Amino acid sequence: MKEWEIVIGIETHVQLATRAKIFSASPTAFGAGPNLQANAIDIALPGVLPVLNKTAVEFAIRFGLATGSDIAPCSIFARKNYFYPDLPKGYQISQYESPVVVGGELAIQVGKETRIVRLTRAHLEEDAGKSLHEAAGHSPRGKSGIDLNRAGTPLLEIVSEPDMRSSAEAVAYARALHALVRWIGICDGNMQEGSFRCDANVSVRPLGQRDFGTRREIKNLNSFRFLQQAIDYEVCWQIATLEDGGEIEQATVLFDADSGETRAMRSKEDAHDYRYFPDPDLLPLVIDRAWVDRIRAELPELPAAKRQRLVSDYGLSDYDAVVLTSSQEMAAYFESAVAVAGKSNAKICANWLMGELSARLNREGREIDATPLSASQLGGLVARIADGTISTPVARQVFDALCEDSGVSADEIISRRGLRQISDSDALEEIIDAVLTANRTMVDEFRAGKEKAFNALVGQAMKASKGRANPHQVNELLRRKLS
Amino acid sequence: MIASNLQQLAEALIRKTISSVELTQLYLDRIARHDHQLNAYITVDAAASLAQARWADQRLAKGEGGPLTGIPIAHKDIFCAAGWRTTCGSRMLDNFVSPYDATVIRRFAEAGAVLLGKTNMDEFAMGSSNETSFFGPVRNPWDVSCVPGGSSGGSAAAVAARLAPAATGTDTGGSIRQPAALCNLTGLKPTYGIVSRWGMIAFASSLDQAGMLAPSAADCARLLNVMAGFDERDSTSLDRPTEDYCREIDARQADKPLAGLKIGLPKQFFGAGSDPQVMRLIEAAIVDYQTLGAEIVDTSLPNMDLSVAAYYVIAPAEASSNLARFDGVRYGYRTPVYRDLNEMYSRSRAEGFGAEVKRRLLIGTYVLSHGYYDAYYLQAQRIRRLIANDFAEAFRHCDLLLGPTSPSTAFKLGAKAADPVQMYLSDIYTIAVNLAGLPGVSIPCGFADGLPVGLQLIGNYFSEARLLNAAHRYQQSNPWHLRLPPAFAE
Repeated sequence: MKEWEIVIGIETHVQLATRAKIFSASPTAFGAGPNLQANAIDIALPGVLPVLNKTAVEFAIRFGLATGSDIAPCSIFARKNYFYPDLPKGYQISQYESPVVVGGELAIQVGKETRIVRLTRAHLEEDAGKSLHEAAGHSPRGKSGIDLNRAGTPLLEIVSEPDMRSSAEAVAYARALHALVRWIGICDGNMQEGSFRCDANVSVRPLGQRDFGTRREIKNLNSFRFLQQAIDYEVCWQIATLEDGGEIEQATVLFDADSGETRAMRSKEDAHDYRYFPDPDLLPLVIDRAWVDRIRAELPELPAAKRQRLVSDYGLSDYDAVVLTSSQEMAAYFESAVAVAGKSNAKICANWLMGELSARLNREGREIDATPLSASQLGGLVARIADGTISTPVARQVFDALCEDSGVSADEIISRRGLRQISDSDALEEIIDAVLTANRTMVDEFRAGKEKAFNALVGQAMKASKGRANPHQVNELLRRKLS
Repeated sequence: MIASNLQQLAEALIRKTISSVELTQLYLDRIARHDHQLNAYITVDAAASLAQARWADQRLAKGEGGPLTGIPIAHKDIFCAAGWRTTCGSRMLDNFVSPYDATVIRRFAEAGAVLLGKTNMDEFAMGSSNETSFFGPVRNPWDVSCVPGGSSGGSAAAVAARLAPAATGTDTGGSIRQPAALCNLTGLKPTYGIVSRWGMIAFASSLDQAGMLAPSAADCARLLNVMAGFDERDSTSLDRPTEDYCREIDARQADKPLAGLKIGLPKQFFGAGSDPQVMRLIEAAIVDYQTLGAEIVDTSLPNMDLSVAAYYVIAPAEASSNLARFDGVRYGYRTPVYRDLNEMYSRSRAEGFGAEVKRRLLIGTYVLSHGYYDAYYLQAQRIRRLIANDFAEAFRHCDLLLGPTSPSTAFKLGAKAADPVQMYLSDIYTIAVNLAGLPGVSIPCGFADGLPVGLQLIGNYFSEARLLNAAHRYQQSNPWHLRLPPAFAE
């Protein structure tokens, strides 16, 4: 049996988080009643004209700068002509032959390994509206409705080179892209609402063959899980087809999330002739250097640069750096916490953020921007752990208390509840003597050679101190007294 | 009153020798009396017009008048006007009432003008005779068995018969200048981009330009002052300083008012193919221009012969896309019976569009198709650049170019209706100007067998003031434009 190589390229429609649409002043907010966010331009009344939203262009430039792409000094909006009820003008305005962003690359993390995926281009276009179909049973023949709220929403279509070789890489690419567009603030990343949708071009070829196999394009995958499932299914199907002596026909396919299968929607033969031509209502989009430079200056530190800095400045591992730069909010939280806790305590901050806090957020289904405790609260807590004021078990108590009250600091909780760690030898000795008196059996067992009994005694001492005893000192004192 | 020009009307209104309501009613009465012979109007709404006239009278009473306050103006039914049926001459929009104003309509309203009615036109501005309108052909006031030209034929017939003091039009390949020529009017197609296209129903976006038809060049200048100006809602609108297009016209009359002006005669305008009677009048006008002090020089536009062919690729290509929105889904005509979506589309469009529109949509769809795009559309765009370069070259040594507007006088209704190519050739002298985006004006220069003949002047970009002044000085000494068609002179 042959060995097969999988080849994947991804086209992503990123909905740009502009307030107004790309060619009209209508708002883009999600969830309004049908057609309430569709003005004369969006419904394509006779005589209306498009005017380009400059913010959408700025967002495209931001993306280009963040991926090391070329920003085209002049790009062209074309008309893609086809009839569909949710396409009011009978054409979609989209950049075709000359896109605004050309080339570039994106680093992706596959397990412990970093790989580079090249980008072909990114271009601006408008979204279509939505067709809503009444269930056929509802009336004799189900009616269809059109909602044009989404019509004219700005999209950046980002096209990768066919550089991915597994569904895991495809997902890693999609995740990295998703993180990046949110990081640079051009997309809200909300996949349920369709703000980030992927099409995967999938083909297979015998390992070692230079030419690509025939590809099929899986449309509209709006979750990472579906992306993975769809590609896995498609790859198995293509390999099985070829091994059975069949041929792959170029086609557009849809992924059915219920069955987990892909099925052909249209083949190459019935592909549309879109009759692209430059839109005479819009001038060529001219971008001068000064505009690009201004946007570059306003760009936040990018995730790759920040990752490097976290490793070199704070001595974090690559893995920690990747997790902490999964979003700008996460990174900002981390850095604010470190600012309070002190640079030397960065690793402890990272551990608490990625451990205790992330677990809590996961449990509650929240993101870091809806955290129950502020970065300075966490930083204050870490500072008290690091300087030995509180023990780890006590720190968990303080953490929980901080989560309940955003107005209070770790120090206040510690003093109010008297949680300061007991490191004073006299006080500790008193506690230990009491424990030894009360647990004669255990002492005897230890003396008889049962090492476990020692741990039990430490536990008793900790318990007697309500967790405040310095465990290290308790250990030492006990050993001395029992020897 | 119907012999008054716009300046005289404005003065009469300010002096209150007549009110806007009286003036508007006068024109409404003329429409009621005469328009059954001409079919120049698609929609007249006396109540709406008179309401606007009353408002104008209130402003005049307070001395708040603008340049056109109280003057009734007819608008080609291609301009969307809020609350008005706006049909574009098509069954497709027979029932369409616009919820918004075109910028041109808004600017007229702000200048105080009264909207007198919406004029007939070739369907979606596609035609040179006004015979393709869903609302029936328009007739020429100089001979009602003849066409008025097109596509702004309703505006031309209305103003020629003085069923309006002036009217707006649009010019994609000659649609203002050719009907102006055929109806003894002055018609200006301004530089592409100086009048907003917002609210003007698109035929071929890169060529369409709004302008006006009026008796005199001075009237056109007054109207252009109102219409021209940057509009942020039209991305192809040009942001440039405001101009007073009357400034040269209003300047003092010299003995040789056009001394120093160089007028070029492109030899392509003077070859065979035009009616000899038309050419005799053009030659006479050239002599008149010399008398006014202009210097006449020979020049050439070597690629002009390719303009009709290039135009009939570019304009239909853009139209095929611009008219895709008329699909029966959201507004306009929808076929009453259909089984599925495709049938709804095809029947709505088959029934909603007329033959000429369908012909051009098919041509446009074809030339943009995969495999033909380079050979047709791109090639036509190259020719377009060559033609623009020809003009640029000519304007290096001429201030204006002069020639006939149309190769013939008005032809009989139906004479060219069966032969689209013959019809397309009626615009042979006007189309190149649109391809280059230049301003052009047609002015009356005499009569052949009782039918008006038009002279075309073409200027460089933004030279409207000079162009209109050259037209005005000619009209001062050659007042052909003051003649009225006998049947409508009363």
